[in-house]
Amino acid sequence: MTTNVMIVGVGGQGSLLASKLLGRLLLDQGYDVKVSEVHGMSQRGGSVVTYVRFGEHVYSPIIDKGEADFIVSFEKLEAARWMEYLKPGGRVIVNTQEIDPMPVITGAAQYPTDLVAKMEALGAKVDAMDALAIATEAGSAKAVNIALMGRLSRYFDQITEEAWLEALAASVPAKFLELNRKAFSLGRAE
Amino acid sequence: MKQLMLGNQAVARGLYEAGCSVVSSYPGTPSTEVTEEAAKYEEMYCEWAPNEKVAMEVAFGASLAGKRSFCGMKHVGLNVAADPLFTVSYTGVNAGMVIVVADDAGMHSSQNEQDSRHHAIASKIPMLEPSDSAEAREFTMRAFELSEQFDTPVILKMCTRVAHSQSIVEPGERITPPVKPYEKNIAKYVMMPGNAKRRHPLVEQRTRDLIAFAENCEFNRVEMADTSIGVITSSTCYQYAKEVFGDKASVLKLGMINPLPEKLILDFAAKVDKLVVIEELDPIIENHCKQLGLTVTGKDVLPMEDEFSQNLIAEKLGLPVPAGKKLEETMPARPPVMCAGCPHRGLFYTLSKNKCTVLGDIGCYTLGAVAPLNSIEMTLCMGASISSIHGFNKALGKEAEGKTVAVIGDSTFMHSGMTGLANIAYNQSNSTVIILDNSITGMTGHQQNPTTGYNIKGDPAGKIDLESLCRAMGFEHIRVVDPYDLKQCDTVLKEELAVEAPSVIISRRPCALLKYVKHNPPLKVDTDACRGCRSCMKLGCPAISIKDKKAVIDNTLCVGCGVCQQLCAFDALKA
Repeated sequence: MTTNVMIVGVGGQGSLLASKLLGRLLLDQGYDVKVSEVHGMSQRGGSVVTYVRFGEHVYSPIIDKGEADFIVSFEKLEAARWMEYLKPGGRVIVNTQEIDPMPVITGAAQYPTDLVAKMEALGAKVDAMDALAIATEAGSAKAVNIALMGRLSRYFDQITEEAWLEALAASVPAKFLELNRKAFSLGRAE
Repeated sequence: MKQLMLGNQAVARGLYEAGCSVVSSYPGTPSTEVTEEAAKYEEMYCEWAPNEKVAMEVAFGASLAGKRSFCGMKHVGLNVAADPLFTVSYTGVNAGMVIVVADDAGMHSSQNEQDSRHHAIASKIPMLEPSDSAEAREFTMRAFELSEQFDTPVILKMCTRVAHSQSIVEPGERITPPVKPYEKNIAKYVMMPGNAKRRHPLVEQRTRDLIAFAENCEFNRVEMADTSIGVITSSTCYQYAKEVFGDKASVLKLGMINPLPEKLILDFAAKVDKLVVIEELDPIIENHCKQLGLTVTGKDVLPMEDEFSQNLIAEKLGLPVPAGKKLEETMPARPPVMCAGCPHRGLFYTLSKNKCTVLGDIGCYTLGAVAPLNSIEMTLCMGASISSIHGFNKALGKEAEGKTVAVIGDSTFMHSGMTGLANIAYNQSNSTVIILDNSITGMTGHQQNPTTGYNIKGDPAGKIDLESLCRAMGFEHIRVVDPYDLKQCDTVLKEELAVEAPSVIISRRPCALLKYVKHNPPLKVDTDACRGCRSCMKLGCPAISIKDKKAVIDNTLCVGCGVCQQLCAFDALKA
């Protein structure tokens, strides 16, 4: 049984750190793990996706349409964009922050409205949170990624909070650990 | 201890463990991290070379001297290095020499989708193809042994999904390979016709030996299960095939992709009812099977373009496919954009405003082609901007000279812009070349280059001075501008386009993402002054948007570069 987590967002939002934390945690838990990242051009403010798959034995490094158990999105429009990848009844954890893409900025397109309701109407379990506010409260807007990982941690019954915090300590520089711990706890608690 | 490693990181680990001594590469997605990771091991000398041809020749020199060596590049980089590649096949090696080439099916960050297996076949060099990080490490180490055993460089072929996926690796210790003292051997290493003629039959014999090796080497593996379908596959396609079929098909997994075995494939074919070849891009394994007289399913149903996935394979082979539900409305696209504060933006705005015909090159600044700047009109390959403007202006003369420019980054200029510039200096076209000097190789994630003054480890190194270089080539018109200063950019551009001589404009400001670059506080919008005229929107800065007919600055993105202030006629953007 393989569990599939997609981490989606806008290039530069810190999805690589989130997948690093997740990979580290799952490896420590004894799972086979594959993490697939995108580097290069799309990192420049484009739509980015990272796939994390874990289980007894994982073959493909990527998650395909209809396969994701979780979509963790750093931005609202990006969650909606990748909805087709969600398994029927899968869960979306979404930061409600809106970052306008260039076609919206230039006026060529509108930022879609009511996205959370629309995602729910498709049958997705949507856990919407203001991760930017949580990260800011924790001490840095950059901790959005860790706040979202805190929320994801609630749905992994088999993994203790302690194990998450150990993996976090191994994934972030010591000087930023305290603020990231705070972002994680606030994200998990809210 | 088990570790999660990127495929590229696992290659670097393999280099370390195999006792590799010299690493020379040019960065290129998705190959860059091999060399970045290798540079973290003190035991190996690592460097960024100006281009892939140089890197390969450096690696050859080190092999000749008797030390295990490596060079890494992306698929199009192997085209640049094709010249040494085809002849190092003839000379063979002294100590082991391994070449990584990373293909980019799906073109996540590339200008074409070429299949580098053709290079291995054409140059008659063995090629290994790992399917995950553990194999990336093992195959790298074994590649050195093969290289020494068969007297040939060995190519390790990566692809985006192997290079940029993390999977589990169990690292080992570094070995010290036996010393291979350099010995003068003119007949082997001086490839003039008489000697090359005697080397070529050895290359052909080597290929025959390698085919015999491929028949039962550890790189090629048969996994027998249900025999109604037999899948022949390699690389990341092996992982997709296993995901789709599990035990419902037998699999011949090919880890050595050149040369391909014959008997192994025929024996496997005889054990299964139906053969399916699953490979991305070109039908290389498939055509080999057909040459062996086999009937296979392959490119008749599977595409020649883009990367594969488990669902794509299932769908094309008529198997059930998981389905998700998508939202009915179309989501606005989110294409990559130049970062807030990117020094390229001001320069492209100037070019756009002056309605220049812009011949572009490879780097972040290729984004100068997208809306709203829509500035770049041509991008081909590394260095082509400069060579092409010469041809363009020679063809059209005055009609083009006063409004056409070439734009190229500092690293790309060092890679293959200098030769094009030499042609302009020599054959004298009235061309204006703009070097976008952001003091780093940006697109691939900040690698040093010969103009930055630092080496791969960030230590001080030689520094090529662009102005002196252009002067030495004979250019008399060399101007330096600050791309944050729109007025200066506009004045200098107009002057240099008007000049009846070749000219170079250096647009100089470090990449806004460099750690040492100090930013100003975000700008603020004076909403009383703002008329919502959208002048600032012409820049395509991701930090500026219009809400309720007023400009809005995203203060998490804005770095206070002040370029937008220069476009505001109402002084509504405040520092």
